[in-house]
Amino acid sequence: MATINLNGRDVSVDMPDDTPLLWALRDGLNMTGTKFGCGIAMCGACTVHVDGQATRSCVTPLSAVKGKKITTIESVGEAKVGAAVQAAWQKLDVVQCGYCQSGQIMSATALLASNPKPSDADIDAAMSGNVCRCATYVRIRAAIHEAAKTLA
Amino acid sequence: MIFRIENALQTTRRGFLKGGAGLALAIVTPAVALGETGGPGHAGSAMVDGEFSPNAFLRIGTDGTVTVVSKHLEMGQGVYTGLATLVAEELDADWSRVTVEGAPADAKRYSNLFWKAQGTGGSTAIANSYEQMRRAGATARAMLVSAAAEQWKVPVSQITVKNGVVSHAASGRKAGFGELAEAAAQRPVPADVKLKDPKQFNLIGRAAPRVDSVAKTTGRAIFTQDIKLPGMLVAVVAHPPRFGGVVKSVDDKAARAIKGVNDVVVIPNGVAVLATDYWTAKKGRDALKVEWDEAKAWRGSSDAIVADYRERAKTPGLNARNDGNAEAALARAGKVIEAEYVFPYLAHASMEPLNCVMKLENGQCEVWNGEQLHTVDQFALAKTLGIDADRVKLNMVYAGGSFGRRANPQSDYLLETAQIVKAINGRAPVKLVWSREDDMRGGYYRPLYLHRVRAALDATGMPIAWQQRIVGQSIIAGSAFEPMLVKDGVDVTSVEGAATLPYAIPDLNVDLHTTNADVKVPVQWWRSVGSTHTAYATELFLDELALAAGKDPVAYRLALLKKHPRHAGVLKLAADKAGWNKPLAPAADGAKRGRGVAVHESFNSFVAEVVEVTVQKDGSFKVDRVVCAVDCGVVVNPDVVKAQMEGGIGYALAAALTGAITLKDGMVEQSNFNDYPVLRINEMPRVEVHIVKSAAAPTGVGEPGVPPLAPALASALRAATGKAIHTLPIGEQLQA
Repeated sequence: MATINLNGRDVSVDMPDDTPLLWALRDGLNMTGTKFGCGIAMCGACTVHVDGQATRSCVTPLSAVKGKKITTIESVGEAKVGAAVQAAWQKLDVVQCGYCQSGQIMSATALLASNPKPSDADIDAAMSGNVCRCATYVRIRAAIHEAAKTLA
Repeated sequence: MIFRIENALQTTRRGFLKGGAGLALAIVTPAVALGETGGPGHAGSAMVDGEFSPNAFLRIGTDGTVTVVSKHLEMGQGVYTGLATLVAEELDADWSRVTVEGAPADAKRYSNLFWKAQGTGGSTAIANSYEQMRRAGATARAMLVSAAAEQWKVPVSQITVKNGVVSHAASGRKAGFGELAEAAAQRPVPADVKLKDPKQFNLIGRAAPRVDSVAKTTGRAIFTQDIKLPGMLVAVVAHPPRFGGVVKSVDDKAARAIKGVNDVVVIPNGVAVLATDYWTAKKGRDALKVEWDEAKAWRGSSDAIVADYRERAKTPGLNARNDGNAEAALARAGKVIEAEYVFPYLAHASMEPLNCVMKLENGQCEVWNGEQLHTVDQFALAKTLGIDADRVKLNMVYAGGSFGRRANPQSDYLLETAQIVKAINGRAPVKLVWSREDDMRGGYYRPLYLHRVRAALDATGMPIAWQQRIVGQSIIAGSAFEPMLVKDGVDVTSVEGAATLPYAIPDLNVDLHTTNADVKVPVQWWRSVGSTHTAYATELFLDELALAAGKDPVAYRLALLKKHPRHAGVLKLAADKAGWNKPLAPAADGAKRGRGVAVHESFNSFVAEVVEVTVQKDGSFKVDRVVCAVDCGVVVNPDVVKAQMEGGIGYALAAALTGAITLKDGMVEQSNFNDYPVLRINEMPRVEVHIVKSAAAPTGVGEPGVPPLAPALASALRAATGKAIHTLPIGEQLQA
């Protein structure tokens, strides 16, 4: 049994300690916005924030996040940066299949929270861990710049 | 998917009738193209469950919400938005009140009009639905107008509809769709309706926002992976390490000892572990000790396949196109140019690994799936489960990509789920989840192909003879699609794009060796199908001919495309927008730059792409810019067209740069994104998309952006380095 602070609320998960946070969220807590893509931290679909840091939940065991503050796509829009990122994504119609976009938005939000005016190189560095097989990258880049503009 | 629309129209019905068990039952005639509405007891009224349902494709609630029912799978290509646009246009609906839901499996109402069976693929969704969806909207509009006319005692001709509001200007009366829904449902369904003149379009041709943007940016969109039913078990399967292997024995003691593991069952293609959740099921799977019977397993390797195909390419195959006499012309010619092109197996590698949710209860099977091939899957499941097809209910949810993979002609992962459900006698609903590794190693790849092309030039450098030989597996042989897509032994999807070469070459021959008898790697269509390899071989070879002739590649092509104005149109547009006639700006640091071009028709859409690259001294390179021109007839949503070109370019670039599934001793050597690299944001070029204005019937855009990218890139790399890439992927060939 592990207790985590999920999206502002303390919740308990009755799963073994080695269970990755991803599966605790999805199968244990029915929070399905965070996606399973590769299981080895190579695609970023499972990205969440752990104490504000973009983290690949598929390789993060429950034991490592006990008592930590976890934010997922379901609540990222409650803060200013996340809301701006979602709005920019919607304005530019970034999504195609959409399966990777929760992770993209979580990574982009973490980037903008630490770097309010990222350059293209900053975006490449922060976002290259997030794969999009629909290749919506042109719009992801544009949407991050757009969100930065609205937050300025 | 794949084949030309006119061929499909002629042959699909016959094809499905002939094609395999049970499918004939699914055949419908277009007479019910708009579908019946009304459940039991609703005769004479189009009010169903409190909503105005004039036909199978839309419902209008008393609150004014318009729900469009999409017969096609939304897998990223924007079809929910496109189909809703067509309905909303003729309905004059308020776009912000339009939502879309997936249709159930029902070939009577929801068949793809080009296939006469229900399914999504071949970039046909908009093309086959264009008039049908508009008619669905226009019918509802007519009934709303008729209801208003009756209520207000005014002539129908004085009523206007705009943005979801029905008005009568003279009396100042107005009503929303919701207010009129009940009355409209009592009006007779008009036998025929007039569709708008394109000049009156308010939504078609404008960039209506995607209907799925909000759900997909807030984590609320539901994919198969997100379905959870009461009491559901998650199944993870140990598959045989080689294709064709079967279970000899299994020791499941350690797996069963894991808390949460519910059962272990042997199925035809492996051993399934069922547990309360994925992680437990995976742990159980990893704890299995399986002994495999590999007596019938295939043990070939990619290298051996290539060597074998090279030998086969020395002798003529079955004719796919024969204009004049290419062999004789080549024998006569002074100068013959020759090239070989080799293409690897490719995995689709959609972001959502394959999965399926299934429940079997009281002889009824219910499925939740990113459902792409309804009719085929419905009949295959019925057969496996021993029930009637109408007892198989398919719920179509969003697919996290597919690129063709979820339209598996063998229904592979659906049948695997059914076998598991059957093995546990349906005592719990099951969610089958493939890991990324299962997905990567599960087969059904774009086949490995080898092309050998020879051509002769006349004294002016123009081609007078072309002989192209293609060797590879057929993706169609043995499937329900065989009767319509294999003609005289030639799988048209193996040669499409080559057999349809548009260039004016008097002696032109294309032939094919099909290798399915010997090569047992499961294969399948992959975004843009035959054009994934034929466009590369034909366009890069044509480029080699232009080079040999000392002619500009654009001018050379245009001279050969006089009878193909739409090819020429996109080629000129792309070249013009790319500044083809101006020299490429040099790189600041002395790196080499190059520019290349290709044009290709697939699925009746025409796309040209100009690619610019910068190559460093060590041979590493970056694709800087892609300029794309597309002619897809009438454009329903220009922003979606643009997105599909951007995405198609990125998908093709991933394959061109690094995409390869290789086999050694029958085993797939790749497993995940670490050894099957895919495109990342730092590798994505700038993309500019230009759309040809056209009044021609709309054609697809999901696939046609893919084919020209790789040959245009190879052409650009040759322009920069002088090296021609004859084997894909490009990998580190320029670093050598």
